[in-house]
Parts: sequence; structure tokens; C-alpha cells
Amino acid sequence: MAAAGLFLLAFLASPGSFSWLFAPMTRNGAPAIYTQTPLWSLTLSHLTLVAVAVAASTLVALVLGVLVTRPSGREFLPLARTITSVGQTFPPVAVLALAVPVMGFGAGPTLVALFLYGLLPVFENTLAGLTNQPAQIREAARGMGLTPAQRLWQVDLPLALPVILTGMRLTAVISLGTATIGSTVAARTLGEVIIAGLLSSNTAFVLQGGMVVGIIAVMIHEGFQALARLASRRTG
Amino acid sequence: MTLRADRPGLLFALIGLAGLVLPLVQFKPNRIVPGEGVGLPLPLTALLALILLAGCLHWPHIWRLAGGLAGLGTVVLTLGGTARMLMDQAPDLARVAPAAGFWLLLLAFSLMLTDAVTRLRPSLRWRWLMLAGVVGLVVLVLTTGWLDQVSVMREYAARRDAFLREGAAHLFLAFGSLGLALLVGLPLGVAIHQSPAARGPVLSVLNILQTIPSLALFGIMIPIFGWIAANVPGAAQAGIAGIGVFPALVALFLYSLLPVVSNTLTGLSGVSPATQDAALGLGLTRWQVLAWVLVPLALPVLLAAIRIVLVQNIGLAVIAGLIGGGGFGTFVFQGLNQTAMDLVLLGALPTIGMALVAGIALDLLVQSLNRHTPRSA
Amino acid sequence: MIQIQHLTKRYDGKPVVDDVSLTVERGQIAALVGTSGSGKTTLLRMINRLVMPTSGHVLIDGQDTGGIAPHLLRRRIGYAIQGHGLFPHRTVGQNIATVPRLLRWPADEIRARVDELLTLFQLDPDAFRDRMPHELSGGQQQRIGVARALAAKPDVLLMDEPFGALDPVIRAKAQADLRQIQRQLGTTLVLVTHDMTEAILLGDQIAVMDQGRLLQYAPPAEILRAPATPFVEALIGPDMRPFHLLSLTPAFRIATEGHATGTPIPRDATLRDALAECLWSGRDALPVEGGGVVTLTALRERAAP
Repeated sequence: MAAAGLFLLAFLASPGSFSWLFAPMTRNGAPAIYTQTPLWSLTLSHLTLVAVAVAASTLVALVLGVLVTRPSGREFLPLARTITSVGQTFPPVAVLALAVPVMGFGAGPTLVALFLYGLLPVFENTLAGLTNQPAQIREAARGMGLTPAQRLWQVDLPLALPVILTGMRLTAVISLGTATIGSTVAARTLGEVIIAGLLSSNTAFVLQGGMVVGIIAVMIHEGFQALARLASRRTG
Repeated sequence: MTLRADRPGLLFALIGLAGLVLPLVQFKPNRIVPGEGVGLPLPLTALLALILLAGCLHWPHIWRLAGGLAGLGTVVLTLGGTARMLMDQAPDLARVAPAAGFWLLLLAFSLMLTDAVTRLRPSLRWRWLMLAGVVGLVVLVLTTGWLDQVSVMREYAARRDAFLREGAAHLFLAFGSLGLALLVGLPLGVAIHQSPAARGPVLSVLNILQTIPSLALFGIMIPIFGWIAANVPGAAQAGIAGIGVFPALVALFLYSLLPVVSNTLTGLSGVSPATQDAALGLGLTRWQVLAWVLVPLALPVLLAAIRIVLVQNIGLAVIAGLIGGGGFGTFVFQGLNQTAMDLVLLGALPTIGMALVAGIALDLLVQSLNRHTPRSA
Repeated sequence: MIQIQHLTKRYDGKPVVDDVSLTVERGQIAALVGTSGSGKTTLLRMINRLVMPTSGHVLIDGQDTGGIAPHLLRRRIGYAIQGHGLFPHRTVGQNIATVPRLLRWPADEIRARVDELLTLFQLDPDAFRDRMPHELSGGQQQRIGVARALAAKPDVLLMDEPFGALDPVIRAKAQADLRQIQRQLGTTLVLVTHDMTEAILLGDQIAVMDQGRLLQYAPPAEILRAPATPFVEALIGPDMRPFHLLSLTPAFRIATEGHATGTPIPRDATLRDALAECLWSGRDALPVEGGGVVTLTALRERAAP
């Protein structure tokens, strides 16, 4: 894992020194490394886009998840469950394409699509985490005289944390992949490199774009898993 | 019935009323440039507002269901009617496209309908009937031609043949890759169930495959297949080429492997050891244990995998449009290139529809199986 | 008749069952007792070759089981386990019919056999045939598990802790029923249990195992009177010895001429029941139904080796 991270950093810092790696995949003397835009800057804007979207969808999904599991929001719970399960059947690409008429081209529609699509896994897992808790714990907390708010902050949310982190992991990994498609609507992401490769039949571009996103995806995946393990070890 | 407020209903009314204020359609001189908004006729606005406001009160769920259906019907038929009226005197190049008002109203009444169905808790049989009914209604409205003057349907009329061809390609991509994944994934899942040592390596390879962004995986397939076509004798004659349906099919297949293999493993591992031990002890052969006991008991989990894969592949198949693999994605990306949103819709709407129907139908199938085969006694 | 000859099972060179020989006569019950890890379950599973022996032989009615394809052998031997292992996706009737179907019995014969077995286990065929296992109580599931094991009229029945998951009241009833059905059918039965009380109650012979070795193989009375090793003695529990011994004999066996007052005890109540009744009601002698009395003095004689 650390080796993959170091490799990625080295590659982004100085892509040119890795051209030997990609040169065999080019034809007719085409460039081996994408240089139109620096790869590190594309990576940064790709990651920023994903981070903003994941943060926003986590925040909103958490608040919604808490709201519909409170007594006052229970009326919305069955509907919320149906919407999440139906909503996740919407293809991410279609959501992205449909955001364009509303938002125009650029980072906007990508952000909106990532945000909307990212809501669902976090929301679903927040619901699961908050509603699947053992009845004894709930009863014990009530029995000790915790107020509903105290129960939420001191019992429910900490216990639900590993499941919520799993939802965030799903959201982050899906967003990372979907963001590459964002470059078809002119968002600045690593998809630009892949698309450039597709348009000029340059496999080296396709591979280096895919490789960077892939390594980051694996790292995010592992990172969130480690966090979830840490959280569930704390709660036992 | 009392005058108690129904809060989900309140939410739907807010969304719907916003939709009533915004224009229902965009009337554009041609398919690219923006146009002017046209709203609903006043009587219909009043009718829809009435349904929405009535929805804020407590009614029997079946009434809410009827309200949602009536609202949806009215909105869709009004869209068609408005388009007909506007196009009647307009030049052929003009387009009447659904606008924010239409989408919000559609959302509001769909939510009302969904909410009513959810709260009615209909039996499985009714849910199948409802799904069939909704699909039937959509087909009916489309075949009557009432919507023919709406921009998306104009795009359709201009590309009827291409639409059918890409639709078939899309189905082929989604179902073909699913079939391939089952063909390879099921035996692979059974194999790693029998030999635990192979589990870790196989699953990590499949996990890494899933993290490759779809766009890149599709892209990588092109040179690979190009190489195969050029270097493997007979491959080119068999229709294999770097461009076309094969790279997309294989990319989708690779994405499908993880859900199929891991669910096969989960399903088989979930069968209680006592049941398997008893089966062997009674004199079933290993194959009989697999066929009589393990597979039937793992079936709901396997179907869940099929649901995940099918819905995922219907969505991902859109990307095939970007690498010349066909499917509805062809329209989506053509539309994005030409900034012709009606064309984007022509690709996106049927994709969403297919994913929705596949997702709901397989959910129902999983539920009916779960009812018949409890996982443990 | 089951003859186990020098049976050994080693995993990675470590013996789990170590050179065990014993014979179970036709129509008898042998109870294999031991702590967990004693090798009793492995020994049982080598009889139907769910575990392949490292060395040694198992003969059933004189025939070496090593020469029969394992799955064909198992179809001739009934097998019931703790937690019953019923197929959750098959009805009660289909579960019971498993082996007859494997043996390709005609459909009407299978149907008749299912109904016969359900009746034998005191379950109404019409009410239970088409139910799913999860709709039954624990005791009913356990009975179906045994019925399934008996479906193809095996001469030999193997049971691994069959009553382990039942609560005490249901367990006592199940044990009594099993004893009665086994006598009625004349099945040779090998039963694994960690519960010495159950072994004494059901076994004609008890095999005590520890760390893969057979420590003693003898009728219950002998095991109780003359435990071969301190381990056997510990497994019985010295405090329980007199009571176990008393539980082996029905009251009418030691009934003598005489007179006693109070409520009589049933003929086949055990001496242990009789002692309890004496202590509880403060009597020195009890009348036995059908004539005779049991005295406290006679009980005391019977409670010692």
C-alpha cells in the first residue's frame, strides 16, 4: 500500500521520468505522457471535486438519516427507504448527463451528480446503523436516563460510525470513478487524460489516467476500511 | 378522516407547487438554442394544485395512490397536449422540450405515488401487478402518439431505426455481460468455496478490477482487442475488433465478476454446516449436495448478485457509447457533444427506465424467493 | 451388528481416534461418552465414512464397509445430528423422503413411508407433511430429523448429540420415545453424547473415550460399579453414582411381599424415583402398582456396588 502511494507521488511529481514505462504502448511516435495539463493539477482538481461532493453528501445524508429516525421524522422513514433503493438504480452517467441541462457544462453538473448519487450509500448506511442497534442497548441508555439528544450523540452515532464509514467508502470510490466521466461534460478531472487517449488512440494516456485513479481508489478503499476497523475496535 | 396534516404530503406539495410556478415546457426555435418557457393552462394548474394540497391531509392510502396516478397522468398528457398545440403553428425545426416545471411535477407525483404504495404495503402479487401496470401505461401513452410532438419523441422519430438498434445493443451489452459473468463467476465462486486457500487471491484481484474507473477499463479493452484481432488467427473473421461491441462487453463482464463470485461464496457459506453434514451423512454425493441443498439455499443471494450486476451494467453500458460500443450511451454522448439535450434525454431516459424496471423486478423476485426458502430452519 | 476393529484416525500424525475396537450387537444401543475432543464424534463419523479411517476396519453384519462407495454405504445407515440439519427449503415430507428418493423407491411407497414415520413419532401426517421445518418447534424438528434418518429402514442408526439443542423437559420425552422406537424397530444404534446421564439412560453398552482412546466399554451397571480409570469415575461424578445405579432398575424388579401405605408408584418407575418418593414422603416402604412393596432397605442395598 505504502509502495503504491510512493509510486503515485513520484509519478505525479515527475511524470516525464516514467515515459519508458508507457512508451511501449504508443504508436507512430505519439507522446507517452499526457502533457496538455500537468497530471498533478488534474489529480488535485479531481480529488477536490470528489472531496467536496463526498463531504456535502455525507453531511446532508447524515442529517437526513438522523431526522427520519427521530420520532418526529418517522413518517418519512418508509418513503426514505424506498427512495434510496430506487435511487441507486439510477445510472450515475445518466444522472450526470441529466444535470447538464440544469447546470450547463463544467464542474457544476459533475459536482451535482456526484453529490446526488453519493447521498444514497451514506444515507442507507446511516439508516442501517441507527435502526439496527440491539434493543438492549437502546433500553439500557433509556434506563440510565439519557435524553434523546444524549442518546443520539453518546450512543447511537458512535455505535453506527463503522457502518456510516462503510457508506462513505462506497460513496468515495463510486465518486472517484464517476468523476472521470465528468470530463465528457468539461469538468477538469483525470478523465481528460483517458478521453484524450481514446480520441487519439493512445493507450498510454488511457492507462496512465486509469492507473492514477485506480491507485487512489484502492488507497481510499483501504483507508476507509482501516478507519471503520478502528471505529469498530473502539466499540468492540 | 380528520384534518390532520400529512408531512410527507406537505413536502410533495412544496415540490409540486414549485413545479407549477416554473414553466412546464421550453419552446425553442430549434433543438440547440434556449427558448421561452410556457406554463400550464390555468384550469389544469388549479386541478394539480388541488391534488397537491389535498395530499397534505390524511386520506386513506388508496386515495393518495389515485391522486398520485391522476397527477402523473395529467402532467404527462398536458405535456403532450401543450407540445401539439405549440407545434401546430411552429416551423418544423422548433422544439418543445420538457422544462423544470414538468420535471418537478413529475417528481412530486411520483413521490406521492411511491409513498402511497410504500404505506399500502401491498402483497407481492399486487406489487408485480403494479409494476406491470405502470410499464403497460407508459407503453400505451407512447404508442398512442399523444407525446409525438415533444422534443424527445421528435428525436426518436428522426432516429427510429438507430434507437431500436442501440436499444438492442444496450440490452445485449447488459444481459450478455451478465450471462458471461454467471458462466464464469458461478463455477469460480463454487471453486473458491471448496478451496478456501484460493479465496483471498481471487477476491483481491476482482476487487482491484472494480476500482479501475469504468472509463479507463473500457479504454484499455480497445488496444487489447485490437491486438487480438490482428494477431489471433480467425479472431477478426469472428467479428472481434478493437472498436465495437466486444471491448465493451468484456469490460462490463469484468466489472460483474466480483458481485457474482463474492455473492456465490456468501450464499454457499451461509448454508448451515449441520445441513450440509446431514446431507452428506444421508448419502448424498458431493454433486447432489451442491444441486439439492447448496444452490437452492444460496439462490436468494445469487439473485441479489444478478440484481446488482444487471442494474450496474445497464448503467455502465452507457459508457460504451463513448468507445463506439453502441447502446443508448451513443445518444447521450452525441447529445452532449452537440449540446442537444433532447438527444441526451433520448439516451438517458430509456436507460433509467430499464434500470428501474430491472431493479424493481429483481427485488420482487428476491423477496418471493426469500419467502419460499428461509435461509435456516 | 457393528464390529469396529483397531480403528485409528490421525490428523497430521496426531491420533484423534487411537486403535479403538468394539462390537455393538444387533438391536443394541451403544452410547459413546466423553468430553469434547475425546474423539467420540470422529469415531461415529468413521462408521459411515464421513471421516476416512487412517487404519483399521468397520464391519457391518460382517461386511467390511471400506469396500462400499461411501455415499451408497451412508444410504444404508441412518444419520441424525444435533440441530437436526433439516433442509430448510424442503417440506417435512420431502425431508423425510430424502433417502428413499435417493434409493428410487416408487412414489406411493415413499408417501406411505412418510406417513408411517410421522405417525410413529406422534405427528399427524396431514397436519405436518407439507409444513416447512422452520414452522415447527425444536422438539418437532428433532423428531423429524430422526424420522428422516430412519426413512429407508436402516439396520444401523448413528446419532450425534441428537438431543443437545432441546430443553430438559422435551429432552426427557424425546429420550424415552427414542428408546421405545428403537426397541420396536430393532435398530442397532450408536449414539454420541457428552452427558453420562443420557448414556446410562439409553445405552445397553457405554463406551467411555478420552483423548482418542477407548477407556472402558461395558454395560452401564459395570461402568458404575467398576469404573476402569479415575477419568471414568470423574465422568460419572462420585456424587451421582448411587442415583445412576438406582436409575437402571425398574421398581417391580425388586418388589417383595409386604404391606405399605400411601400412593403406589408405577410399575416401571425406576428405583431412583422410588428413593426420591421415600425421602419426600417420609416413608420406609412404598407400594408398587400391581402388587408388592419396595423398601428403603432394599433400595440402600441396590445403591452400592
